[in-house]
Amino acid sequence: MSQNPAGEAAARPTPGPAVESVTPDYTAADRFASWKARWGIGRLGCRIKPGLYALGTPSAASRVFASANYRLSFDALRRNLKGLDAWLLVLDTKGINVWCAAGKGAFGTLELTRSILGTGLEKLVSHRNITLPQLGAPGVSAHRVKAYTGFSVTYGPARAEDIPEFLRLGATTPEMRGVRFGIMERLVLAPVQLVIFGKYLVPASLLLYFSGLKADAALTAGALLAGGLVLPALLPWLPGRSFSVKGALAGLAVTAVLAPFLGLDAYQLAARAPICAAAASFIAMDFTGASTYTSLSGVKKEMRAALPAQALSLLAGLAMLALKRFL
Amino acid sequence: MTLKYLPGVATLKLATARCTGCGMCVKVCPRAVFVIKEGKAVVTDADLCMECGACAMNCAPEAVTVTKGVGCAQAVIKGFLRGTEPDCGCGDDTSCC
Ligand code: SF4
Ligand code: SF4
Repeated sequence: MSQNPAGEAAARPTPGPAVESVTPDYTAADRFASWKARWGIGRLGCRIKPGLYALGTPSAASRVFASANYRLSFDALRRNLKGLDAWLLVLDTKGINVWCAAGKGAFGTLELTRSILGTGLEKLVSHRNITLPQLGAPGVSAHRVKAYTGFSVTYGPARAEDIPEFLRLGATTPEMRGVRFGIMERLVLAPVQLVIFGKYLVPASLLLYFSGLKADAALTAGALLAGGLVLPALLPWLPGRSFSVKGALAGLAVTAVLAPFLGLDAYQLAARAPICAAAASFIAMDFTGASTYTSLSGVKKEMRAALPAQALSLLAGLAMLALKRFL
Repeated sequence: MTLKYLPGVATLKLATARCTGCGMCVKVCPRAVFVIKEGKAVVTDADLCMECGACAMNCAPEAVTVTKGVGCAQAVIKGFLRGTEPDCGCGDDTSCC
């Protein structure tokens, strides 16, 4: 598609100083950088310099792909263009991935327009087409970009790994357009959740452990795992539609699994179960942000019911504990 | 398996009279909400909609409208605390998603 077998050298303008070269190779250093990005370590390091990049030896007829300047987005794109010569236009999305940046408008009509005009793309290529990741569409108005720059926008597949197939067919298929949210996609997002809540709950759990409250330490860790790991893993199979209900059930399930090892009597266990369920439910609700099918209207509706329920359940558990202690 | 969120809440609206049947909404929707039938867009199941706003952004005759937003509890909490619109805070130097 982007190849120009005839007269390659003649047709190819020499990339000016503004154009950097990039390879499709994925090295150990890249793998380490993406691992760090997943765990939220040194997020600043996962920015790519915005601008125009030459992948291989692109010609004036080569395809132009746009990307966010988030390392994982950019790496996914260039790795899936192996063997191709293409132009990569990296927008300044402040190091945020395509989907989130499009939601905020950072991967958007204006930035794309600015980027096309600013890099002098129209002098480098003879065609007037730019391929965008489909997940950039919430931020980009294709007809406006066309009006502002003359470039028409083609939306490619949602996932970079479908790019070779998309190029072969020349269009996206319905399968390429859906955001897959299978177990692997969900588990890859779990570390971020675990880090966010682990910051508070891991020290809390250690504190309880060293204060001799081993059962409470185990349940604290259990709630973290229920909301942060069990929920993402078992999302489709946990009953209910709202994440808070699914999370509360995961919390209760984890409590039940831990119960035989805790050495608590029925009353003590019954007091802790609602606390664990409330904590797991709250953590689980946070996964709405990572999931790929929740709407804002839905989340608002869910939270209006879930927050009071979580607070009540927490208070009920604490009241039961206090009652036993002080009576 | 298609995961579905809460029913009956999506703000998606389609004004069929304005639709030219260009098919952009079909191409950009990550939840396969639209199909083209007899030259017009049709909403198959609005409950699938995640309010990403892609369809409305790319519908030149503005036949589709939707209140765009991120379905993210953290964003709603942050927005509530700051008294602003829901903001997922994947702003400046971080990335939440
Ligand atoms: S994008 Fe708008 S005009 Fe085009 S098919 Fe969809 S609703 Fe109709
Ligand atoms: S807002 Fe997004 S999910 Fe909803 S119909 Fe439009 S493109 Fe599809």
